[in-house]
Amino acid sequence: MTFDPSIFTDHLGDIGLGFLVTLGTWSSGVLLGLALGMLIAVAQVFGNNLMRVPLRVFIELIRSTPFLVQLFLVYYGGPSFGISLDPIPAGILGLGVYGGVYFAEIFRTGFQSVARGQLEAADCLGITRLQSIWRIQLPQMLVMILPALVNMVTVLCKETAVLSIITIPELTMVLTGIGSETFAFVETLLMLCIGYLILVELCSRLGMFLETRVGRFMSRQPR
Amino acid sequence: MNSLLIPGGNVPAPTRETTREPLDEPMKTNGEQSSVLTLSKVGKSFGNLRVLKGIDLQVQRSEVVCLIGPSGSGKSTLLRSMAFLEEYDEGAIRIEGQLLGWQDTDKGRRRAPQAQINQVRRNVGMVFQQFNLWPHMTALGNVCEALRRVRKLSAGDAKQRGMAMLDKVGLAHKAEAYPAQLSGGQQQRVAIARALAMEPHIMLFDEPTSALDPELVGEVLQVMKTLAKEGMTMVVVTHEMGFAAQVADSVIFLDQGEIVARGTPRQIFHNAEQPRLQQFLQNYLDRNAFWQDAKG
Repeated sequence: MTFDPSIFTDHLGDIGLGFLVTLGTWSSGVLLGLALGMLIAVAQVFGNNLMRVPLRVFIELIRSTPFLVQLFLVYYGGPSFGISLDPIPAGILGLGVYGGVYFAEIFRTGFQSVARGQLEAADCLGITRLQSIWRIQLPQMLVMILPALVNMVTVLCKETAVLSIITIPELTMVLTGIGSETFAFVETLLMLCIGYLILVELCSRLGMFLETRVGRFMSRQPR
Repeated sequence: MNSLLIPGGNVPAPTRETTREPLDEPMKTNGEQSSVLTLSKVGKSFGNLRVLKGIDLQVQRSEVVCLIGPSGSGKSTLLRSMAFLEEYDEGAIRIEGQLLGWQDTDKGRRRAPQAQINQVRRNVGMVFQQFNLWPHMTALGNVCEALRRVRKLSAGDAKQRGMAMLDKVGLAHKAEAYPAQLSGGQQQRVAIARALAMEPHIMLFDEPTSALDPELVGEVLQVMKTLAKEGMTMVVVTHEMGFAAQVADSVIFLDQGEIVARGTPRQIFHNAEQPRLQQFLQNYLDRNAFWQDAKG
């Protein structure tokens, strides 16, 4: 096999654009997922059964079906429910919901790791639920759940590859397209792997940096 | 029945009954006014287990009430109900006249909105057995948190008040220490300062010394005695009979969710008539018998 760099140099613009689309859908999906996950977790931990039961069902539904199928349903099935979205918003929504339920489970364990008594004390002092979450629970649980969060974020990075099936011109779509155009399948797929590797590596580096930052904050108090 | 429970052996220890001057002018405008806390027929069940069976209790301003009783008697549940940490399901708890935790509607009783609950109990300070400090904040941070977020004081004002409170419990020099760097007794004193900072009209203590090493109990009791002397209204669940005897205006003995005996420390500790109370006190006597033998 001879490696012909012109395969890539000829399509540098497309590849760069695909990379940006992947980065964009991924990060928007993560942000949406984190927000959604936090809402679900808070509703589950502090809500009544009226909220808890449907959420539980929703979480189980999402967790026990493939992302690919969910994405198909949102994009191609959406119009029958009156939701017709462009590919990119549909992709971000799908990614956000899929990630959201996993983030919700991570946040939920985090909330439960902070001793109940600390919240009772806050309660008695008139501190509101929202203030307790923000000032008392989040700072303490962050140290514990950060590795799990970073892990899920990297999983979502790789799940963006699935977005190609709803015609989003992201990295996988672009490179497999080039592959079938030039018949250089191996080169393009390897390139694709390297692309994801770079993204995931960046993400884990950021995660490690945050862990040391948060860790340093917590280690000011010897256990 | 015995005088062993009173510290100081045969020398009669100064108790609040004997030393305390009558209250200057207990607000006599109307009878209700001076009662800070009123419980009427308070009941509570966990499933089929009825842990509180119709408790009636009034706490007057500046009164110190000690709740004693065997474990499982419902004394902690009763105290926690007074801050609505437990939802009592019968009767009424009123704090300075306002019904705590519930509101009566045409469709019966409903849990009051959280804001209303906080409004009613804003003058109630609570101290827990396990301190329940926030471990990621300094001692000063713990004391200032509610001043900042609830009372909306400026950072400077909150700090000033917070330091004054820490000073009151003798811990101004530990303001920047985190809870994990403090002893149990110091942590509990910070917790007391945290509650006091909100200027409560009544303080509730849920076995404040039960989680402490014996040699650390004294410093916490000392702070509580000072508070009592300053006229703070207090309800204390405790196993420290010496403290109850010295500081309490009235002692209430709970057993199986009922008030079995109530009276002054003298009536409860020296002239106990109820067999269940006698038996309960006998346990303390037996435990202290060791000292008696040593003296003899």
